[in-house]
Amino acid sequence: MDTNGFGQSAVAAKVSRRQLVKTSALTAGAMALASKIDVNYALAQDEGPVKIGWLGDRTGDFSLVGVQKYAAAELAVKELNEKGGILGREVQLVAEDAQSDNRRYQEMARKLLLQDKIDVLHACFTSAGREAIRPIIDQNKAIFFYNNQYEGGVCDNYVFPTGCVPDHQVVPFMPAVMDKFGKRVYTIAADYNFGQLTAAWCKKFVEANGGEVIGEEFIPLDVSQFSTTITNIQNAAPDILIVLLVGIKQSSFYEQKNSAGMQVPMATTVNMGQAYEHKRFPAPALSNMYVTVNFMEELAEGLGTDFPERVRSVAPDLEYVGMECAAEYEGINMYALGAEKAGTTEKDAVRKALESGISFEGPGGTVSIDPATHHTVRNIYMVHADENHNIVLDETFEAVRPDWLSADMGCDLPNKPDNTQYEP
Amino acid sequence: MFDGLFNWFYQFQVSFSFLLLSAIGLAVIFGMMGVINLAHGEFMMLGAYATTFLAVKGVPLALAILIGALAVGVFGAVIEMLVIRRLYGRLLDSVAATWAIGLILSQGMLILTGPSIQGVSSPFGSFSVGAISYSWYRIVLGVVSLLLIAGLYILFMKTEFGLRARATIQNQPIARSLGVDTARMYTLTFALGSALAGLAGGLFAPTATIVPFFGTNYTVEAFVTVIVGGANALVGTPLAAASLGVINAALGTKYGLYIARVGLLLTTIVIIRVLPTGISGLVERWRMRPARQR
Repeated sequence: MDTNGFGQSAVAAKVSRRQLVKTSALTAGAMALASKIDVNYALAQDEGPVKIGWLGDRTGDFSLVGVQKYAAAELAVKELNEKGGILGREVQLVAEDAQSDNRRYQEMARKLLLQDKIDVLHACFTSAGREAIRPIIDQNKAIFFYNNQYEGGVCDNYVFPTGCVPDHQVVPFMPAVMDKFGKRVYTIAADYNFGQLTAAWCKKFVEANGGEVIGEEFIPLDVSQFSTTITNIQNAAPDILIVLLVGIKQSSFYEQKNSAGMQVPMATTVNMGQAYEHKRFPAPALSNMYVTVNFMEELAEGLGTDFPERVRSVAPDLEYVGMECAAEYEGINMYALGAEKAGTTEKDAVRKALESGISFEGPGGTVSIDPATHHTVRNIYMVHADENHNIVLDETFEAVRPDWLSADMGCDLPNKPDNTQYEP
Repeated sequence: MFDGLFNWFYQFQVSFSFLLLSAIGLAVIFGMMGVINLAHGEFMMLGAYATTFLAVKGVPLALAILIGALAVGVFGAVIEMLVIRRLYGRLLDSVAATWAIGLILSQGMLILTGPSIQGVSSPFGSFSVGAISYSWYRIVLGVVSLLLIAGLYILFMKTEFGLRARATIQNQPIARSLGVDTARMYTLTFALGSALAGLAGGLFAPTATIVPFFGTNYTVEAFVTVIVGGANALVGTPLAAASLGVINAALGTKYGLYIARVGLLLTTIVIIRVLPTGISGLVERWRMRPARQR
């Protein structure tokens, strides 16, 4: 962890600044509450069930992950109700299927916010979907939990990106795989904001660790034939192949690479953990694939959690319980803790409560919200698939802080309102 | 030098067989019947599902692919009798109807089987030329597409079925007055096109993820190839697949898949502009040129 590219002094300086931030956030929050509360509005919001909005891909290209996230939402809501709801009020899940379609994301986000008058929105899988609805969220001053791994950088007062970001995944991970396999890296990535930005992150940390990116290809999401890509990679003969492919179509890459007999160690931030490629493709297509995750079904036993069984109690046919399933569950529970702490579902108050540093004991360990950036401090597990596609845990990184946004980009949401996505 | 040439040839024949197999079923139905089957991708998906179900159950892959193709052919015949038959000569209506069939098929499969099923691996393993390893299965796909073209040529040019089918296409009332059961010809032709889609789906099944939206992987390429090829499936489709295959392989190897896709679509735009009837229209004009020019 000392190779994470940020000097120790910067971390030390940040601790004190963070405390300062915390104190000022609380003060500011209290003042805002005292001065701005509209009594009628607060009363209207505090009656009836607490409405948890859910918007994701139960069908379409991203449904392999979408159905996991939906099951997680169902479980979280069921468990909250069994414990007496939020603030003694019943919790209601208001869910819409975005069908892996960005336009439908916008349409349904508006419907959930304006017509269903949800209290919080838990939504999105791809970064394209997230950026499609973020303006709508900001405009309506809603609370948006993006419980998903992404390329990092979103500094937005109304957004809580609780999943993994490159701080969690790429920073501890690049040195580990480069030590193991070598310094010449080739990247193939899905051609949209997630792939482009994560590839930029990887390049930055490959170079910071004395390596070299010898090839990069960005591939449109609807491509499912990789013959020329496979040959180009073999021609370059890299030590490590970074794979940032997304969606059902692109996952055809593994079978094609396998049948072409290409053997190269691979590293990723998304595959296996999200859409269980190691279960879907016959071995050894995914052998020697390294990934950093917040949770995977295979880790449950070692972590001592019965989360997969609980998820299957609401979704018996679910094929896999992956990293975003856990993130969704944690996100909804963190919202519940925030609302309890605020004593109301009034959005400004809940946001202030969430910014006071909420912690939840999730399937992957303790998750806490970082007040300055709304991202999470969480445990990260580096795993790989062996030649039989068994998951092997290589290393655990505990309580990894997503510091880049606050330290390098000056993101400090409680004191400095913002809605930018910063890029590396 | 040989390594480079072989790589180029391999990439070309991969693109060629991919485009040809994707398009041939669509081309037969469009060329012979004037029906644009927007459910083409979903017919491929059905073939892929049938093949995968059987192969996972232990049926040899080649047999599973054939049974899958036959099953989709039968399904196509049923669809023709229930829906398509009522829409001949109503191009836009048939487009809407087949689109709806496609939606029903993919969403129905999603409800029945969930977002994905376990696939089968490509058989035959790999071989190396120089530093690069290649998939044998891709070579097999290339050979199969050539055999398929030969088989279709024989079917349409050398058999009685072919004669009757061509007569029906050329002039339906006269064919009918000469005793050809034209309704049956249409059903059989549609079934053939469907079976070809199913065959392509089955052949692609080991190379791709098996999902209800499998067909959308191939729809763009299939339509592009048919548009470039024109109405004659036997002449136009192979030539279109070959010319687009050259562009796809060359650009893909040099600049990556994104530029290859751009190149494919740009070529199509240019060809639609220059040759509105496609490559087969050009061939037709050349064959019909006045005798003194020969």
